Amino acid sequence: MSFLDTLVTTFHLLTTRDRYLGTDGIGRYLLQHVEYTVVSLLIAVLIAVPLGAVIGHTGRGAWFVVGTSTALRALPSLGVVVLLVSTQGISATWLVLTLVVLAIPPVMLGTLAGVAGVDPDVVDASQGVGMTGRQVLLQVELPNAMPVLVGGVRTAALQIVATASIAAIVGLQGLGQLVINGVYNRDVPQAIAGAILIALLAVAVDLVLAGVQRLLVPTGVQLLAGPRRTPVLLRRGPAREGTPA
Amino acid sequence: MREYLSNAIYRSQLIDLFFQHIYLALLPVLLAVVIALPLGWAAHLNRTATAVMLGVSSVVYTIPSLALFIILPLAIGTAFTSTINIVIALTLYTVALLVRTVVDALESLPGPVLAAATAMGYRPLRRAVTVELPMAIPVLVSGLRVAVVSNVSLVSIGALLGSGGLGLLFIFGLNRSFVAPQIAALVLSALIALVADALLVLAQRLATPWLRVRSAS
Repeated sequence: MSFLDTLVTTFHLLTTRDRYLGTDGIGRYLLQHVEYTVVSLLIAVLIAVPLGAVIGHTGRGAWFVVGTSTALRALPSLGVVVLLVSTQGISATWLVLTLVVLAIPPVMLGTLAGVAGVDPDVVDASQGVGMTGRQVLLQVELPNAMPVLVGGVRTAALQIVATASIAAIVGLQGLGQLVINGVYNRDVPQAIAGAILIALLAVAVDLVLAGVQRLLVPTGVQLLAGPRRTPVLLRRGPAREGTPA
Repeated sequence: MREYLSNAIYRSQLIDLFFQHIYLALLPVLLAVVIALPLGWAAHLNRTATAVMLGVSSVVYTIPSLALFIILPLAIGTAFTSTINIVIALTLYTVALLVRTVVDALESLPGPVLAAATAMGYRPLRRAVTVELPMAIPVLVSGLRVAVVSNVSLVSIGALLGSGGLGLLFIFGLNRSFVAPQIAALVLSALIALVADALLVLAQRLATPWLRVRSAS
């Protein structure tokens, strides 16, 4: 099949309505992929944000965050999922667990960097007006940390969407199923269709979180950032500590 | 596990894949350093270039690795299973990460030091190589550490398409319900990442003696 034929077939595959219906339809795979992503991201945020915030607030234990992040990152997700499923049986729990482990480092580092990076004068001032440590953290440090914090969450989300593709290899489907089917059956257009959908989902999730970021970052903090040197759209890339997945 | 490791064929396969994994994860880092340093420096000199390069690198970042591993061979005409795809894809990611890091690093340098170097008659290129680059090392290494550790993990994803590295053992073990090769590959993969990370930290310490003097005083 020529290059152009392949692309035409892929396009046809992606634009045929019937392809999206049924238990082996693209729609179901997409839904599963979104489900895995949302559940894992929520759990990771619930674990990592409080940890990062408390450590950033007290200024103690940053070594713990950096150390665990490196250690967790060093684990290949594919290996973890495959091992869990081989020993414990097929269950979405193992996939979600792996994705949570994957997402914790960027969220925790983002929260820590955000909270620890708040201007010390601002923190002093809030203590000066009589705020308790808890109030300082919740009312001053966290709102100020929001841009960096959500940056970490966005990185995590991208990694989760990309890595959730491995669900297919252990029988949990998701959009990776199209890629795996395509590769195993030498059906190149199907593999590419899967790859394109995963990439589109990643972009969509990132855009949604960019919207969330706008809502969560208080106007005051947005103003504080001052005139932007580069266009907003370009600046809101993944956080610095981010990695592709 | 002992049975698995005592089988000579399995053992030699494991060793081969181990070295292939190291090669596939680290070669892109070397290539990316060579590409990203001049790119980042050029971006640093020109605001428009900074915006464009940071924009492009964010976009590259958003592409999931599995998608890139599939689309790349089609674009450049290699086979799905070719390890070249892995090298190119990981180089792309690492360049995207490092360009950002280089720009950050160069922007974080203290102005008075650069002014002093200029006043001493350093031309821009010499100043970049002998003053700016060494001072940017801590930030550069932090970027490199992230790149190396994540590359080691991404090489495994390539195994889904049948290219090399320890990831192949995950699939092999899964298809045969054979846990030993999975554990071996998992441990070795984590080991590569952690050792490479530790080596980078060590290299940074050796390359920036002035930082130790400052913290000791």
